[in-house]
Amino acid sequence: MSGVLSYLVFFLTTAAIYSIASLGLNLQWGRTGLFNIGVSGFFAVGAYAYAILTISPLTGQPGLGWPVLAGLLGAMVAAGLFALLVGIPTLRLRDDYLAIATIGIAITVQLIATNEPELTGGTNGLFAIPQPVAGWLHGSGGVAFLILVLICVALVYLALERMIHSPWGRVLVAIREDETAASSLGKSAFSFRLQSLVIGSMAMGLSGALYAAFIKFISPQDFLPIFTFQVWAMLILGGSGSSAGALLGSLVVWAIWTLSGGLIQAALPAKLQVDSGAIQIILIGLLLMLVILFRPSGLLGRKRPAVHRSTVPSKEQA
Amino acid sequence: MSLLQVDQLVAGYLRGVPILRGVSLSVAQGEIVTVLGPNGAGKSTLVKSIAGLVPVFGGHTTLDGQPLGNLPAHRLIAVGLAYVPQTNNIFKRLSVLENLEMGGYPLRGRLDARIARVFDLFPELLPFRKQAAGRLSGGQRQMVAIGRALMVDPKLLILDEPSAGLSPKLVAQVFSKVRQIRDAGVTVLMVEQNAKAALQISDRGYVLAEGRERIQDQASALLVNPEVGELYLGAKGKLL
Amino acid sequence: MIGQLLANGIILGATIALGAIGLTMTYNILDFANFAQGELLTFGAYFALIAVSAFAGVHSTFGALSFGWPMVVALLLAAALTSLLAILVDWLVFRPLRRSSIQVALVIASFGASLLLRHLVVLIWGPQPAYYTTNIQISTQILPGVRVTPDQIFLVALTALLVVGLHFFLSRTKLGKAMRATADDPQLAQVTGIDVARVVRWTWIVGGSLAAVAGVLYGMTVQILPEMGFNLILPLFAAAILGGVGSVYGAVLGGLVIGIAENLSVLFLTPTYKPAIAFLLMIAVLLVRPTGILGKPKL
Ligand SMILES: Nc1ncnc2c1ncn2[C@@H]1O[C@H](COP(=O)(O)OP(=O)(O)O)[C@@H](O)[C@H]1O
Ligand SMILES: [Mg+2]
Repeated sequence: MSGVLSYLVFFLTTAAIYSIASLGLNLQWGRTGLFNIGVSGFFAVGAYAYAILTISPLTGQPGLGWPVLAGLLGAMVAAGLFALLVGIPTLRLRDDYLAIATIGIAITVQLIATNEPELTGGTNGLFAIPQPVAGWLHGSGGVAFLILVLICVALVYLALERMIHSPWGRVLVAIREDETAASSLGKSAFSFRLQSLVIGSMAMGLSGALYAAFIKFISPQDFLPIFTFQVWAMLILGGSGSSAGALLGSLVVWAIWTLSGGLIQAALPAKLQVDSGAIQIILIGLLLMLVILFRPSGLLGRKRPAVHRSTVPSKEQA
Repeated sequence: MSLLQVDQLVAGYLRGVPILRGVSLSVAQGEIVTVLGPNGAGKSTLVKSIAGLVPVFGGHTTLDGQPLGNLPAHRLIAVGLAYVPQTNNIFKRLSVLENLEMGGYPLRGRLDARIARVFDLFPELLPFRKQAAGRLSGGQRQMVAIGRALMVDPKLLILDEPSAGLSPKLVAQVFSKVRQIRDAGVTVLMVEQNAKAALQISDRGYVLAEGRERIQDQASALLVNPEVGELYLGAKGKLL
Repeated sequence: MIGQLLANGIILGATIALGAIGLTMTYNILDFANFAQGELLTFGAYFALIAVSAFAGVHSTFGALSFGWPMVVALLLAAALTSLLAILVDWLVFRPLRRSSIQVALVIASFGASLLLRHLVVLIWGPQPAYYTTNIQISTQILPGVRVTPDQIFLVALTALLVVGLHFFLSRTKLGKAMRATADDPQLAQVTGIDVARVVRWTWIVGGSLAAVAGVLYGMTVQILPEMGFNLILPLFAAAILGGVGSVYGAVLGGLVIGIAENLSVLFLTPTYKPAIAFLLMIAVLLVRPTGILGKPKL
């Protein structure tokens, strides 16, 4: 396969993996108004869970050698459990407490990943992570895996769309839109929010698992807060509230990110390349500001703004 | 010439959705003028837009001949306008004394004399001067709110439902204070639901409904106007 | 052992407290959780490093302390530049979003700003750790089994001084009272004639200056690192929440509790888990008493 083509496969696979996480965030933020800024944490939990469940113990690493399908499911369950842990204490409080708690879990997950070598390989990370369908299509340079990832995207997309348009999904929107509706639902509003958080986080866990399977090697450095920022950028740009927007946003933001990274490598003196991230963040950040200010519904969002009601239902709750 | 002149005021919270659809009113120096109207008529919106808190889409407002048009809320004090909101009208976590000091924020120099004058008007606040205002009773809070507004010696005092939620005895007390304030030379524009009690101390009144002023007359005439009773009380049932 | 851990906890807690005060003040007045607060600490530490390097030839130390006049200049410079940086970020990022009344965007914007500032530090100063001085300080025994360095004593004393100063500023000065009034009710503050934009600016100045001092003190007693502020963000939030968001004294108390708890945790866990302790405490507080220790319950 030609270099360009194999690069395209690589690009699309990554963008598709990202898009699963942004579909999850769309359920949480776009549909329910939940403020998860620990996306990288749930992504990491999924990646590590998949790796630990599937890596063969013969490699001398902590691994159970389970089949890859069990690994993928296990990753989703693990991410969902972490979401429960974060959601239960915070979902009754004002929205930004959830934000603080989710970034807390992201940092804590990183600490565990770094400091528990018997479980996670520590700073060295885990390697030889099994990849599903690796030998298929005559080892076609990853096309088979890309197809698998795209199937996962489609399944997640269809599942979430069904949920969003079910009565359950309409309750979520009602809770997001209307404080009084939320409070009249009382206890069950909390339970709806929790369900949304858990299901969205499971998508993030799946995304992390596919990432681990794709790269075949993970270490704590793969799960920095910048990932959270990227996923948020994808959702806001694409149009929060819309699953299709989340997909498109993933493609666009990931394209801008990779292209600008490439341009920086090509154009800037080596000294400044040490941290091209700063320039990429400014670029994406600027784009985000413009979108929020001038087209708050994003590329494909509904007419209502992507970034709606205040974080702060009322001062008295502070 | 009148102190406050409002001509064809159009205002609302969202562009294209005017709540006030051309309201005109005037308040002469030394008057107490009351704006009546059913719930949701736009009374609070009217005084908020005069106080610079609601976007104005059209019309013209002057205080003492000076256009208020584009002044931000925090500059209105300087032209002599003090406004007491309907709700959230005190700093709950500040002491009574600090509330009054904040009332005098735009002024330079010592505030002692002005604070003493407020306590002369509201001696019942004196024992609570160091207490957090949020812990006072409803009537006391209303007095703190009015006292805070009086700190700058305004030409015009705007009160949004000063008697809301008070017992009849306190209502009478608050209205008698409003009279005292006017007698001390401050012109008063007041929004009220408590039509009868308010009109009894007022010189003139307006009835607002559906974003326009419907009736204006001397207070004594409004008190016996059957149409007022009908529009005001009848509408209360229908419009809600 | 315990005595030493308590002392270490108070030293760390003092730094956290200074950073958390700024956080709790912006939280209260601007009504959003500023995730870039940690980076203000980082920038404060690096701004001071500029001054300290500029005075590298000056040999001046105060008594047993590791530093002299250059550090005083550095502290002032760091406070001034960090305040400017905070106002600049507010002006470029937060203010436009505030104007368009989509408040929720503020939190994600502050998250982006924190990320960006962190990368900028690496871009400007490089990823390696830095120190203000290479002098090694001898610690002295102040109580049986408790040893501290003169710099650490200075840190605690300066923090105490700043907190007392802040108390007088907030309770006695016109500007300080206007800040409390604005925090209480921004719309009423506006109606009252308070220039809220000016109060906001001063909030960034006070919060930014205290953050800068916290960063310098942390850099002085631990080390200067591009991630230092980010590593402190959980303790900062934990301290603010523990003390009750909006309460300055709560933030101080919260900072001390978190600092002590993190150090005592060494008895049970490896020290690398210190930040997680702050997180656990925060979750526990949210479960039991979401308004914090000194926060007022819902009205
Ligand atoms: N902050 C606001 N944003 C949008 N609409 C509002 C707001 N406050 C009031 N309104 C609307 O404006 C109309 C008039 O309200 P208001 O002026 O408070 O009435 P009143 O004081 O006469 O009871 C009502 O329909 C109300 O729903
Ligand atoms: Mg009203």
